[in-house]
Amino acid sequence: METQVLRALEAESIEILRETAAGFKNPVMLYSIGKDSSVLLHLARKAFYPAAIPFKVLHVDTTWKFREMIEFRDETAAELGLDLIVHTNQDGVAEGATPFNLGASEYTRVMKTLGLRQALDKYGFDAAIGGSRRDEERSRAKERIFSVREPGHRWDPRQQRQELWRTYNPRLAPEQSMRVFPISDWTELDVWRYIELEGIKVSPLYFAKERPIVWRGNQMIMVDDERYPLNEGETPEMRLIRFRTLGCYPLTAGTDSPATTIREVVQEVTELKLSERATRLIDGANEDSMEKKKSEGYF
Amino acid sequence: MNKPIIRLVTCGSVDDGKSTLIGRLLVETGSVPDDTVDSAKTVRRSGSTIKAGEIDFSLLTDGLEAEREQGITIDVAYRSMVLQNGRRLIIADAPGHEQYTRNMAVAASRADIGLILLDATRGIRTQTLRHLNICHIMGVTRIAIVINKLDAMGYDQGVYDQLVAELSASLEKLGVEDFAFIPVSALAGDNVSFRSEFMGWYEGPTLLEYLQDWPAEKETLNAPRMTVQMVNRADNFRGVSGTIFGGEFKLGDEVMVLPSKKTAKVARIATFDGDLTVAEEQSAVTLVLEPDVDATRGDAIELAAVATEPANRFAATMIWLNDAELIHSRSYYLISGSTQVPAIVTSIRHVLNINNGDHESARTFKANDIGLVELATDAPIALTPYKENRFKGNFILVDRVTMATVGAGMVSHVLRRSGNISEHHYEITKQVRSEQKNQTAKVIWFTGLSGSGKSTIANALEKHLFALGKHSYVLDGDNLRLGLNKDLGFTREDRAENVRRVSEVAHVMADAGLITLVALVSPFADDRNQARELFGDGEFAEVWVKTSAEVCAERDPKGLYKKAAAGQLPNLSGVGQDYEPPTNAELVLDGTASIEDNIQIIMRELF
Repeated sequence: METQVLRALEAESIEILRETAAGFKNPVMLYSIGKDSSVLLHLARKAFYPAAIPFKVLHVDTTWKFREMIEFRDETAAELGLDLIVHTNQDGVAEGATPFNLGASEYTRVMKTLGLRQALDKYGFDAAIGGSRRDEERSRAKERIFSVREPGHRWDPRQQRQELWRTYNPRLAPEQSMRVFPISDWTELDVWRYIELEGIKVSPLYFAKERPIVWRGNQMIMVDDERYPLNEGETPEMRLIRFRTLGCYPLTAGTDSPATTIREVVQEVTELKLSERATRLIDGANEDSMEKKKSEGYF
Repeated sequence: MNKPIIRLVTCGSVDDGKSTLIGRLLVETGSVPDDTVDSAKTVRRSGSTIKAGEIDFSLLTDGLEAEREQGITIDVAYRSMVLQNGRRLIIADAPGHEQYTRNMAVAASRADIGLILLDATRGIRTQTLRHLNICHIMGVTRIAIVINKLDAMGYDQGVYDQLVAELSASLEKLGVEDFAFIPVSALAGDNVSFRSEFMGWYEGPTLLEYLQDWPAEKETLNAPRMTVQMVNRADNFRGVSGTIFGGEFKLGDEVMVLPSKKTAKVARIATFDGDLTVAEEQSAVTLVLEPDVDATRGDAIELAAVATEPANRFAATMIWLNDAELIHSRSYYLISGSTQVPAIVTSIRHVLNINNGDHESARTFKANDIGLVELATDAPIALTPYKENRFKGNFILVDRVTMATVGAGMVSHVLRRSGNISEHHYEITKQVRSEQKNQTAKVIWFTGLSGSGKSTIANALEKHLFALGKHSYVLDGDNLRLGLNKDLGFTREDRAENVRRVSEVAHVMADAGLITLVALVSPFADDRNQARELFGDGEFAEVWVKTSAEVCAERDPKGLYKKAAAGQLPNLSGVGQDYEPPTNAELVLDGTASIEDNIQIIMRELF
């Protein structure tokens, strides 16, 4: 039955991807290198087979991603023949924005949100496909599959279009754009089970390995390069950890885990019942912080 | 085969214990992360009576109510739950108040099961019937009435039985066949996932059992449709991609592309995982057709033997989603799946009183209105009744300027040039018949208040035409009501149907080559415009016999105005019911001028 559930979710996601490719002039797929993006890419290969994926793939690089993420990104792009665009907010780099001097949320706004907006404007994309899911966070439970953005990429909850049946409205008024979420109805466990079922390659960061970490509060942060500011006299300890979600390394906490295979990860996710975003430092305690970020143009 | 994913719409408000019920269901099926449950044990809203350390289930789901307090838009929230047999339950949670009817319609649009929450301490309320009506209209065929807060009523079977008896009548009246009543206490946890110790008198399933034991068999009727989402072109490959609804396609099936009606065979069913011999219900596939007939985005592919006749006029139940009202005869984009075509609403038959199911007359649709309309599309499309398959009979209307989704519709039936009836072309045409009579066939449509002089003028005109050797006939509203239209009254809907019938008869008469004179109050502009649409340019002339209401009342040839004054005739046009003056009439006659003068004007202007 689990497999049938996945096949039903898969078919619906493919339908949404096709609708996006055919209903918009210049769609793009956001590629964050994480497991959800890996699933989206795989679904896109299926949706358009035997033709190639008919749109560009965009990675907004904050310059603080794990090194292994960037390696994995470039390998994947080469292997699948992706038309990959990498964009970095150069203004942010020039101003020296880091997660440390700006604080997590302002840094995220500058390097992720503004970076994304710049890239969408630069290439004139009218639809951006993302891997957000409704189970990730409470404010996402009511997100549309086709989520319209006002001029300036602003998310106005009052302008969201009612979605009935499987009939979507891909029409845009001048200056509007669309965000599309083909795996809205998937859960974290669905994503992992699907990765296992389909044998989809994901970043090695999702699997347990001895990694150099330091403690920040009760969170384990991997020291991925020499830029990470260590405290006086602090030396990273090696610890067997893996990551549940991937992002900027200084803002993404690892978890203790011995899981080195997909099967073990699926097993772990099935048993360990902590919400996924608990390991994200940027979401914070504020329940509506996601809604705030969205209204600014974040995914 | 059973559906792996079941969708549920929950109808009710926070006061009925909806958040607590859903929250408990999620926690007791292990669908909520531990850290979220932990926070629901400690966080408390003001006024909460739940002890610290116990789970406040309502905190897990009632984002919606909290949002309302914060002034954030209320919306449908979706939550997933894994049932014990591995099936997936997707809950669409919509607010229950009347101003959110449209949100509930959205939530119900895909639901297999409608869960209607009833607070036993408050009994059946207007909202209960409204929720039932919305579920029914949106095609939710399986209804669970969950009677909550029985703990507060001492778990009394009498209370339950009474509510079951009252609601059963409503359910049967609506024609709901598959329904159940489940007595629960969401707060105490009775009969939600665990059987109650206090309601031994109830032998049915718990709510969880009810949801997960449903076989949910897929439909067996094989009438598959694939709307082409996109054409897939690769090296030596051309196929059409889309999702299949309403059945399955097999390799070798004879199919028809709509609306072009070209036929072909399914030569290949291509997927990333290899070719298939059968494309199942709701699968996303790419079909290769042989021969490679032209099929583009928005076209429908069906089995040739049972293909839908594409049509351009439909009657549909529509729900209005936008704050701006429906604008009659404005062109909207109609979108159904991947098919887009401009369309106009040609008539509003009625708006439903969503609280009691009554039909009421209306000129427009406001936000949250649900009712029956007629639409005309610019090009024929393949749509079938929503009752047969909701994915093959739905559409949305999109404003052509703001591009907002403003309405959503469910096809009730196809109008005219429809179904299995195809027009037979006869060799003796209207033109030949007219020429034989040495005239041009046309329809002169006299509209005006009762007593304005329509029949008198029509009678004089026919005498005049007769003397000229012309062939004519008068269709008189009153006379037709003695026969053809004797089943009709004078409500707005009946008047619309009256006009529709008379216009169709006039259409036949004009086709016979006759000069057809219609004398009919026809008070509503929509109805008259719809009549006009049946005819070609120059073939239809609307003549407004303009006589003031005072003069008509004074003349009162049939005594109608006296009756109306005495309160015995509520629907008299211009008195109890509106008369909408024509704005696009070909001719306006002064009803107090002499008959001879008016005949002269008609002959000069229209012949």
